[in-house]
Amino acid sequence: MITGQSTRLRSYLPPRFLARIMDDRCIRCQVCVRQCGWEALYYDERNDCINSTEANCTGCHRCVALCPTHAIWIEERPLQYRPNFNWRPEAIEDAMQQAESGGIILTGMGDDKGQTIYWDKLVLNASQVTNPSIDPLREPMEVRTYLGRRPDTLDIDYGSMKLRSPLGPLRTLEVPIMFSAISYGALALQVQEGLARAATEMGTFWNTGEGGLHRSLYPYRDHTIVQVASGRFGVSREYLDNSGIVEIKIGQGAKPGIGGHLPGNKVTAEVAATRMIPMGTDALSPAPQHDIYSIEDLRMLIYALKEATNYTKPVSVKIAGVHHAAAIASGIARAGADIIAVDGLRGSTGAAPKIIRDNVGIPIELALASIDHRLRQEGIRNQVSLVCAGGIRNAGDVVKAIALGADAVYIATAALIAVGCHVCQGCPSGRCSWGITTTDPHLAKRQNPDLAARRLANLLKGWEHEIKEMLGGMGINSLESLRGNRDHLRGVGLSDTELQILGVRHAGM
Amino acid sequence: MADASADIRQGRIVEVNAAGLYYKDLNALLRKMADGPDGQDVAKIVLRNVAGQRYIATDLDRPIEVEIHGTPGNDLAAFMNGQRIVVYGNAQDGVGNTMNSGEVVIHGHSGDIMGMSMRGGTIYVRDYVGYRVGIHMKEYLDKVPALVIGGTAQDFLGEYMAGGRIVVFGLDLGPGECHHANFIGTGMHNGAIYLRGPVRDYQLGKEVGVVRPGEGLWSPADWDFLRKCAEGYVRHFGGEVEEILRGEFIKLYAKYLRPYGPLYSWRN
Amino acid sequence: METDHAYPVGGGRRSPVERLSNPYGDDKVIAACSLFGAMDTSGRRFSGSLVATAIANMHDRGNGLGGGFAGYGLYPNFKDSYCFHIMFLSKETRHEVEDFLRRHFRVHHGEEIPTRRGARVSNPPIIWRYFVDVAPAQDGLGSATEPIVEADYIVERVMQINTGISDAFVFSSGKDMGVFKGVGFPEDVADYFRIEDYAGYAWTAHGRFPTNTTGWWGGAHPFSVLDWTVVHNGEISSYGINRRYLEMHGYICTMQTDTEVVAYAADLLMRRHQLPVELAAKVMAPPFWEVIDRMPEDQREVALALRQVYGSLLLNGPFTVIICRSGEMIGLTDRIRLRPLTAATSGDVLFLSSEEAAIRLVCPDLDRTWIPMGGEPIIGRLKTSAPVVSPASRNGIPVLTGEEQR
Repeated sequence: MITGQSTRLRSYLPPRFLARIMDDRCIRCQVCVRQCGWEALYYDERNDCINSTEANCTGCHRCVALCPTHAIWIEERPLQYRPNFNWRPEAIEDAMQQAESGGIILTGMGDDKGQTIYWDKLVLNASQVTNPSIDPLREPMEVRTYLGRRPDTLDIDYGSMKLRSPLGPLRTLEVPIMFSAISYGALALQVQEGLARAATEMGTFWNTGEGGLHRSLYPYRDHTIVQVASGRFGVSREYLDNSGIVEIKIGQGAKPGIGGHLPGNKVTAEVAATRMIPMGTDALSPAPQHDIYSIEDLRMLIYALKEATNYTKPVSVKIAGVHHAAAIASGIARAGADIIAVDGLRGSTGAAPKIIRDNVGIPIELALASIDHRLRQEGIRNQVSLVCAGGIRNAGDVVKAIALGADAVYIATAALIAVGCHVCQGCPSGRCSWGITTTDPHLAKRQNPDLAARRLANLLKGWEHEIKEMLGGMGINSLESLRGNRDHLRGVGLSDTELQILGVRHAGM
Repeated sequence: MADASADIRQGRIVEVNAAGLYYKDLNALLRKMADGPDGQDVAKIVLRNVAGQRYIATDLDRPIEVEIHGTPGNDLAAFMNGQRIVVYGNAQDGVGNTMNSGEVVIHGHSGDIMGMSMRGGTIYVRDYVGYRVGIHMKEYLDKVPALVIGGTAQDFLGEYMAGGRIVVFGLDLGPGECHHANFIGTGMHNGAIYLRGPVRDYQLGKEVGVVRPGEGLWSPADWDFLRKCAEGYVRHFGGEVEEILRGEFIKLYAKYLRPYGPLYSWRN
Repeated sequence: METDHAYPVGGGRRSPVERLSNPYGDDKVIAACSLFGAMDTSGRRFSGSLVATAIANMHDRGNGLGGGFAGYGLYPNFKDSYCFHIMFLSKETRHEVEDFLRRHFRVHHGEEIPTRRGARVSNPPIIWRYFVDVAPAQDGLGSATEPIVEADYIVERVMQINTGISDAFVFSSGKDMGVFKGVGFPEDVADYFRIEDYAGYAWTAHGRFPTNTTGWWGGAHPFSVLDWTVVHNGEISSYGINRRYLEMHGYICTMQTDTEVVAYAADLLMRRHQLPVELAAKVMAPPFWEVIDRMPEDQREVALALRQVYGSLLLNGPFTVIICRSGEMIGLTDRIRLRPLTAATSGDVLFLSSEEAAIRLVCPDLDRTWIPMGGEPIIGRLKTSAPVVSPASRNGIPVLTGEEQR
């Protein structure tokens, strides 16, 4: 056991936010007080008003959203340090925080720093004159996608018109967007159920993450990706059977190269049952998979899972985008994976060391472009599907990812936003006022699976419409004609090296 | 659907051998013959050996008849205003593009986007028609264009249709054979399509509703209209009016005036 | 062949041919057009003047920046040799290419292609034809384990000339066929090449309307590799991925024109992967997923697998193509028929055209004319020819000839 200081040092950290209440609007209903999971608001009985303990506020806006009279707003608390480009407030305060605690700074969500977001530097094409744009509302516009390994050629018996060797297992996505891995424990079960239902309704997949699959979600098995990670939580034959795709998690964009801890206080009886570990113990995910120290070991695990599922399910391997992602992906394809998921620098997390989240890994756009290019150079692109994860914010990002070469994308933060998340980064605390990243039954019941599913399905429907509009504008009526079609992308404000890695021309060329 | 021939005065019939004539020269000649000082008594121009000349009868001022032998080029009767065209042969793409009034009679088949954005007048086709026929036809007050097709249509019939009438008799269908077109009436938001003969649900656009004779939305006026179409068809191409009308008809109508209202999300 | 890209994916080095064909560095040359094809399925040879007349009738579909013809059955005296039609921008290049040919082939005969002085074409290059054989001892040939290596050998040498020798470009490289093309209206190109002097059993023709004004003769249609020729009307919006997929299989798209990918796709699917033309058409213009979903089980498996495996070769965007090879002519439009195609038959002759008028002009007496559905291939085959590569014709897939359609 690692012990800290027994007495807390006085904190010099300034509060981040300021909760403001318009007194003339406030009806003293105290909804805000009850809804704040951070205990940042309280009712001052003597003065009959709402008051705040601002240091606790994460800026999650639960109070703002639920105040019936819109009496609350949250401001950044003004605090002017002496201007210093090097010692910006975040750097100063991080040092303060560590001086008080002696710990690794934990955070949630994805990298929030200013590394280039290449999606924003890529623009799309549209038809004019030489080629009609296609109207997706009235003409067919196909976004269906199949994930899995395919051969280079078909062996057809022309007598019976049957395939002599049928294709391996492929999975259908009616929209090329899947919900990325978020484990039960990190996430409330209600939200997982919302994800599972929305994925089922929309004909796509959700991903259990590494925390096992709660029995109540078995009915959604055909749209479930079950993850096999270093902790092997809840992994059993039954778990594998109740899935459409099995994913081996090697790494995660938010924390490449390290494992994870689900703190014991989140391990409730249900979480314990799902993960098959004792209640209240920390759930430790080792940094590596201890049966994979090299690529040939990965092959062993891939085939172990294929055997365990009798070759009926595609096996995916998820890695974080790191320096040699292209070579690693090539090895993964050759090791027998059917799907490669790559998670980039801006990929999200329920909890990660901030220093890792913000400094390790490469932007997903570059990882994706180089992997697709490498797999084509080696003539093995057909053998795997490529899934892009980490920082996809909207349908524009999806379309750009597919044009760079992705078969489909994973979204997680966008999905959580759909059910209320305001990206406050307070996930590691387990106190999420929106009831999303918590297992506290009092907080978690704020999420209604029916409503969560509706919001999530709506998000995908909206994006699907937008994807179809963009495709139609390019004169394309099927997603497979955009996939890897970098001619429809141009870069704006990028260096020659960046353009070369992305395989796109500069705008105007 | 006025019978345009009634407006055409009696008068001279002139013949033109169009062989080797460039479309521009042919159309200039037509203008001269119909609208020039020497042409005021011409009632009918017969064009022989037509081979792909475009834009025939797009810019004539007087209601005369143009009879075409051969294969007229694209955009026949585009923007046409009150003339009558009879084609003895097949027509190519774009017949009646944005046509305002008049009549076109095609003794054969016709190509893609016939009647595109047509605003008035009638086109009769003896056989089948190509893709996207009647796309964005529209109507306004007393201007109600009509397409009467003896055979069948290819895909996207009546796409975006915003008004007017399309009648497809399906006379080339075998017993029990379904119409060929898919995406019929996709995006249709006004007007009506009448189909004679069976069609499967998946062939229809998601914006159309179906009415059958005897149902509330099928009125006697529908039969009157179909009878007129059948009579016009038989007058031009032969056949039996009653035989045509005995077939099984459905009428497709636009379920929504604003099919895409819920598609968009807006925030102040 | 190197697995590396023929040119960098970013904006870097370009091959000499690409520089020539595409002086503005556009990522593809966009062209719209007229096209025409005629095949006498009885094998009777007829003069190229027929298709020249037909294509000239669609003058206004082109803009004078490209016209071309492909003929089959042109060289009965050399019908077992590969015939290379090659253009050169200089005499030195011609000598360089001739050295190359002598190094890699047995050259039986070479001559300048006869032309008519005074024809209205601009800046004609030097154009020669060579009849060559692959000598058994050359470059790894003769290995019993690689049965189709001869055709691949030709493809690779063509790619070498096109990318490796500046100012030279191979118009065509098949047996008993040839491509004649250049800058000008198709009727002027026909005049220049004295097309009326050639007789073939199948001809295709093309009038071009490019949106940039390159003066390069190699950029005109038909595009060809081996005996495949393609004439194309429309724009292929999926070009970027079609090209990358074909590059994965060793085809280098030197001209950055979308038509080129159709020729290579045809070669890959029908020659190398041995798909019958009916299924190759389903790769290029596949049925919609919802149509596949509705298919009876026995048809669905193959249709689904074709799309799953060859999705990157779907030709998206508006197109009509006429693909030809020895003994076979195929007309195909995109699956929502954004470009026109009319088919007609008269006796043994199958016609394909952008406009019916052009067919009627050269053959007023037709048995039948019809407008095929989008994505539906119209196939003409020589009645006398042995099964053309495709295993289908040996395995009971119905062989469609013009008159059996519909």
